[in-house]
Amino acid sequence: MSRKRTMIIGTAALAGTAVLSLSLSSCGKADMTKQVSPFAAAKGSKSVTLSVQTWVGAQSNVAVAKYLLEHKMGYHVDTVQVDEIPAWDALSQGRVDAILEDWGHPEQEQRYVKDKKTITAGGGNGVTGHIGWYVPKYWADKHPEVTNWKNLNKFAKQLRTSESGNKGQLMDGSPSYVTNDKALVKNLNLDYEVVFAGSEAAQITQIQQFAKQKKPFLTYWYEPQWLFNQVPMVEVKLPKYTDACAEKGAKDPTSIDCAYPTTPLQKYFNTEFAKKGGSAAAFLKDFKWTKDDQNEVSESIASGGLSADEAAKRWVDKHPDVWKKWLTKK
Amino acid sequence: MSITPPIAVRPLSDAKRPGPLRAVRQFPALSKLLLLVLAAAVLVPLLATKYGATWPSSLTVDVSGPLGKTSDWIIDNRDSHWLFVYFLGHLSNAVVISVRAVYMLLLALGWTGVTAGVTLIAWRVAGLRIAAISLISFLVSGLLGMWVPTMQTLALMVVAVIFSVVVGALLGLAGGLSERLFRVLRPVLDTMQVLPAFAYLLPVVLVFGIGVPAALLATVIYAAPPMARLTALGLRGADPGVLEAVSSLGATGRQRLLTARLPLARKELLLGVNQSIMMALGMVVIASMIGAAGLGDRVYQALASVDVGAALAAAIPIVLLAIVMDRTTAAAGERLGAGTSAPGPAWLRGWQAWTGIAVVTAVLALAGRLSGSLVWPGAWAVDLARPVNDFKEWMVDHLYSGVPVIGGTADWAEHFTNWVLNPLRDGLTALPWYGTLLIVAALAWLIGTWRTALTAVLAMAAIGVLGVWKPSMNTLSQVLAALVVTLVLGFGVGILAAGSKRLEAILRPVLDVMQTMPQFVYLIPVVALFAVGRAPAAAAAVVYALPAVIRITTQGLRQVDPGAMEAARSLGATRWQILRQVQLPLARPALLLAVNQGVVLVLAVVIIGGLVGGGALGYDVVTGLATGDLALGLVAGVAIVCLGLMLDRVTQPTERRTTGKGV
Repeated sequence: MSRKRTMIIGTAALAGTAVLSLSLSSCGKADMTKQVSPFAAAKGSKSVTLSVQTWVGAQSNVAVAKYLLEHKMGYHVDTVQVDEIPAWDALSQGRVDAILEDWGHPEQEQRYVKDKKTITAGGGNGVTGHIGWYVPKYWADKHPEVTNWKNLNKFAKQLRTSESGNKGQLMDGSPSYVTNDKALVKNLNLDYEVVFAGSEAAQITQIQQFAKQKKPFLTYWYEPQWLFNQVPMVEVKLPKYTDACAEKGAKDPTSIDCAYPTTPLQKYFNTEFAKKGGSAAAFLKDFKWTKDDQNEVSESIASGGLSADEAAKRWVDKHPDVWKKWLTKK
Repeated sequence: MSITPPIAVRPLSDAKRPGPLRAVRQFPALSKLLLLVLAAAVLVPLLATKYGATWPSSLTVDVSGPLGKTSDWIIDNRDSHWLFVYFLGHLSNAVVISVRAVYMLLLALGWTGVTAGVTLIAWRVAGLRIAAISLISFLVSGLLGMWVPTMQTLALMVVAVIFSVVVGALLGLAGGLSERLFRVLRPVLDTMQVLPAFAYLLPVVLVFGIGVPAALLATVIYAAPPMARLTALGLRGADPGVLEAVSSLGATGRQRLLTARLPLARKELLLGVNQSIMMALGMVVIASMIGAAGLGDRVYQALASVDVGAALAAAIPIVLLAIVMDRTTAAAGERLGAGTSAPGPAWLRGWQAWTGIAVVTAVLALAGRLSGSLVWPGAWAVDLARPVNDFKEWMVDHLYSGVPVIGGTADWAEHFTNWVLNPLRDGLTALPWYGTLLIVAALAWLIGTWRTALTAVLAMAAIGVLGVWKPSMNTLSQVLAALVVTLVLGFGVGILAAGSKRLEAILRPVLDVMQTMPQFVYLIPVVALFAVGRAPAAAAAVVYALPAVIRITTQGLRQVDPGAMEAARSLGATRWQILRQVQLPLARPALLLAVNQGVVLVLAVVIIGGLVGGGALGYDVVTGLATGDLALGLVAGVAIVCLGLMLDRVTQPTERRTTGKGV
């Protein structure tokens, strides 16, 4: 019997705690935008939350910013890994203070930056992003003509897989990435089937596997990306990107028939953080580096087997000239 | 040794040969089929001329408009509307405060205190063996360098399980006491369990924002139903004789509940807690996709850099936590059910023992604090990632392709896709929609009643109405293919394990790991072995669903009446004959249950399949979450639920449903 009693007492105590914590918080309004993570530092005085997207480049930005904020400026940094669009939402709510690499989300910009003004643009992070179609260098060396879209149909047969049926396979990645590939294949009359790998991890694994066997492949991919150092790839030339084509695409995404633009990658801050974030906000505003810097960190994370923190430390120790500039303003 | 002719046991049914008319009456299935054929003969030409073979667009409903408006409304009102400010906001605060309180307590105890406390509690409620498992588990978590994330996950789990148990018990109480509420509740609980968690991550995020409160609530939605079901089951199953006796003593309704019905149901209640814990742990990684932190986050982040070793290092503590919690609560439940108290001398029982545990834990916590290592000492860490990654590379290099005779995994995947998945998908997509509905109706009706058939057909029709017929057929083909592989392997291994105690003992830990290992961890290995596409998705589903099928098969075969087997053996039947003609027919209910569980579990991995190139509904759900498209994700999620409902009705005879499915 004694066990049963203790169990009941235990359950009652636990339930009591839950009720107590509920009543503790329930006096008046509860602002849902003013919540910190329960795991945030106990001191809690100077804390910044950064959002990390699933690709390694975004991890590198955050790793270096986090390292500097923690070791040179005395902040505690929380990171949250989350997809891009939910990240925008989190940024507007103040759950996250900053996004350090955005590839362009016009709809969200309109809603949060222009209309609601809960998010402030933070300028570029120095890296220019580019999306395109890529083939491995070992294959392009043998068949240089494959690097032009006009010749792609000739090679479709070589790129067949059991997923693409009797067409060639064009591999796409994560559903969160910006892609017009289905429209492109249709509008350019290509004999290809878009196969979605479903996640960047799956896509990278598949590319590595192809490369190991020196098999030909055609994939949606982007720069900057550390994988280029392991598997050299050459971009396939698509019809030139023009403003007219972009305008047409904005109206009807299925009508796009030109290449992807190059995008200077942007930073975005929660508006309140941008105003009151003090030296952390100033530091993040000044955070600006190059594609090579980012790739250096990315590669040590993704294939060098270092943790993000170790990779950041290695880069920080090597390049004081770059980051010293970010710290000047107080 | 016995080479006797195979005449031994044979069913007696084909002794008489009745006339055709009597045959129809004798086999109700035949008359049902005749009726269906008649209906088909009338309906099909009508439908074919009016609508054509693909699902007619005039019969679809587009829900993206209203759902899009809902999500806009939430975003615009969540900082000002009373619902958020005065209710949901407080809920969210309460979650944060509770989780923080538990986390701070765990940190204050330090690794010495937590390890000692958990081990002692496990020893007290579940015995020495499980205490040893707990001790080792916590030490391993520390050694892997995962102490802090393990504590974060533990804090989150403690609060999530308390919330789930409270919510589940309240719902179960209502359902157990009122027949009408029970009937209303059941479909709600069904949906909560079958709707893929991914599908409601987005709505939860829209309301609560990313972070711990959203993650915790998503976990509660998933983990509360078993508690509710088992509470209701326990209350309804209470011995009427005892209740009669209690009321005759003049007890009021409340007294009867507190003194008789609840205590009588304590075994079910504890099983409910156990199930809630397991379900909650199953959500750890998925919840990290919306910012839950802890171990799940480590797994998820490791995936982004394609690092299987790091993902595994974070997944092992999840598996260990699951095993410790499962064994502890299960053992406590068994003892409670058996009515015996913990063994050992008197001073080890009752309040003295609990005080002892508290004192020892406090002393060890203090010792840890004084020695200055609250968090696991960093020097005692093992680097698991590198050897695991090396092993993965080795495996892929040697198995991927060109293995003599059997071919490589990539070749299998290609054959499986070309010979099984493609024909199945093309067949199901090409089949006219009314044809599919008729087949579903026929199968469901043959195995059950007209109600079963109606539910199954309505579920399929709902998929069409939602406008996702084609991707659903694609998903269905993947589910069926994975299910067949799972059943073939599961029945085979199950039969072998039923015949050998040793094999079963060897299999048990392997199956435990397969069941509790977060599926995200084997995402990369399956892609590396089977190439991007539907084949790795099927492989992941098989890995996940296999343990349950093996276990149920083994158990079902073991429970076959030994008398029947002995009789067959004495008639000189061979082992194969006994298996085929005695054991398997007698274990039929268990085998059917295995099929049913196979369906449910394979469907649960459809979403994960979307992450490795499975496409179809799984991909849509993932896309919905990634792009904030409420309609896309929810519709695909509902379609998965409908597929599950249909498959359940088509694979389950009716009689089992009336006896109550338990969990």
